[in-house]
Amino acid sequence: MSGAATSETAGVEWRLAAPLGLTYLAFFAAPLLILLVMSFSVDDNLGGFSLAAWAKFWGDPFYRGVVWDTLRLGLVTVAMTTLFAYPIALLFIASGPGLQRLLLFIVLLPLLTSVVIRTFAWIAILSREGVLNQALLALGLTTAPLNLLQTELGLVIALMQIEMPLMLLPLITVMQQIDPSLSDASRALGGSKWRTFRKVILPLSLPGWIAGATLVFASATTAFISQTVIGGARLVYLPTLIWQQAMVVYNWPFAAVASVTLLVAVLAGVSLFAMLGRFARTTA
Amino acid sequence: MTRQLNTPMDRGYSLVMGTLAVIGLGILIVPVIIVLLSSFTSSTVLKFPPPGFSLRWYEALLDPVRSRHVHVALSNSLWVALSATALAAILATLAALALNRVSRPSARALEAGFLSPLILPGLAFGLATLMYFSILGFRPSLNLLIAGHIVVIAPFIFRTTLASLTQLDPALHESSASLGAGRLYTFRRITLPIIAPGIAAGAFLAFVASMDNVPVSLFLSNARTNMLPIRMWGMMETTLDVRVAAMSGALIVVVLVLMIVMDRLTNLTRRMSM
Repeated sequence: MSGAATSETAGVEWRLAAPLGLTYLAFFAAPLLILLVMSFSVDDNLGGFSLAAWAKFWGDPFYRGVVWDTLRLGLVTVAMTTLFAYPIALLFIASGPGLQRLLLFIVLLPLLTSVVIRTFAWIAILSREGVLNQALLALGLTTAPLNLLQTELGLVIALMQIEMPLMLLPLITVMQQIDPSLSDASRALGGSKWRTFRKVILPLSLPGWIAGATLVFASATTAFISQTVIGGARLVYLPTLIWQQAMVVYNWPFAAVASVTLLVAVLAGVSLFAMLGRFARTTA
Repeated sequence: MTRQLNTPMDRGYSLVMGTLAVIGLGILIVPVIIVLLSSFTSSTVLKFPPPGFSLRWYEALLDPVRSRHVHVALSNSLWVALSATALAAILATLAALALNRVSRPSARALEAGFLSPLILPGLAFGLATLMYFSILGFRPSLNLLIAGHIVVIAPFIFRTTLASLTQLDPALHESSASLGAGRLYTFRRITLPIIAPGIAAGAFLAFVASMDNVPVSLFLSNARTNMLPIRMWGMMETTLDVRVAAMSGALIVVVLVLMIVMDRLTNLTRRMSM
């Protein structure tokens, strides 16, 4: 009611954030600071100052290629996830309550299934003797089994299952808020279904897509298990590189450089999506 | 004039969107079904469809001698997930109460900070915690894993609790206070019952996230403090151990049951799509 009373309560309750704040300071901010310092160190005891690890990482075309491959994997996964998420979201909006419940269940189940299990399943599907190759051979769509493990295509397919729920949940939420009479009006005025989708549904659902794309990009670029198991030794992404350097080669400053690079790359990608959202809102 | 008749282009639209939706749903659900069916295979190799059905891999998984390492990893994971979820629930609920309806820029910044582990690459954070603890001279232990997991899973509870707090009518607080109720009494009798489903839904997601966490556990666990996902990853990398399928089958059933129970209690599906 009175401004003084509410600001007083706010002042008292403000302190309730302190326990989590201090926990984050001790176990989140401090470790990340150490990571940054480590990337400028000579050895894994934080001794000395050196740009050697940074120079080695960015001076080598192989490592620059790994950064590029990781970013591309994130973007391709976002694109492929979008391709299938929109039709599922449209189906969801057009369904009755019973079917909606079933669809939500299908969307949530992979999200709550262990990432190791999901990756394991994709090996059974994508391998040379796997389900997909058996089906393709039986249908006569291919004469020799396709090699999908250790390829970017196979990895993106496997990642799609893991990432699609992250795209679908915000997308469905936003699309449920779109007034159906807008689509009806577009149709009544002679707009084709394609045109209605492009001119009404796509622009109005953009905030949901951006929220989903951000999560998918952040998650796909750091999906260590899928990248190592499906990608194998042939495809190297930043998370695999970080793990090898930290736990196999024991070159901590170098692993720290790769980690800081991954952090900055993901943050840059996420900011890009946020900027896209602001741009879309101002021009819409 | 009401609706247009379906033109060939419109039929094409329905066909394309329908096909993509079916393929998309297949990508989501078929792998789960395949793992469930493969876990009952009688064969020693993972092959689909299984040549015959048996419970041998479930028996192997329950065998206390052969699967001792799996059992240790499972109990470690359960202990870490339960402890981290309980502590994160308390910390995140307090933080959500503090930041609810405070619109100062500093509060918004703090909120973004508390949510940031959802976006930041977990692997970079996992390595950071390993370096941090090793420089402080701590030896790997389950307590360090709990600390690392709290940071990663607290955002889930913070987010759902914050969302349920926005549904709390401030007039309820004022009327409770004007009737002479103390702040703690008001919290216990008014606020907590209203936000409890939000906390529970967040805690469920947090628990699942902790049980499934790879990036932090990968760096902070060792042979003694092995965690379930890391153990399963190891079993998958060396030999395509069919026990992983049995473990997967068991976990999928547990998650299914939990999902149905949580949905009844907290309307989880609706909360997750918020």
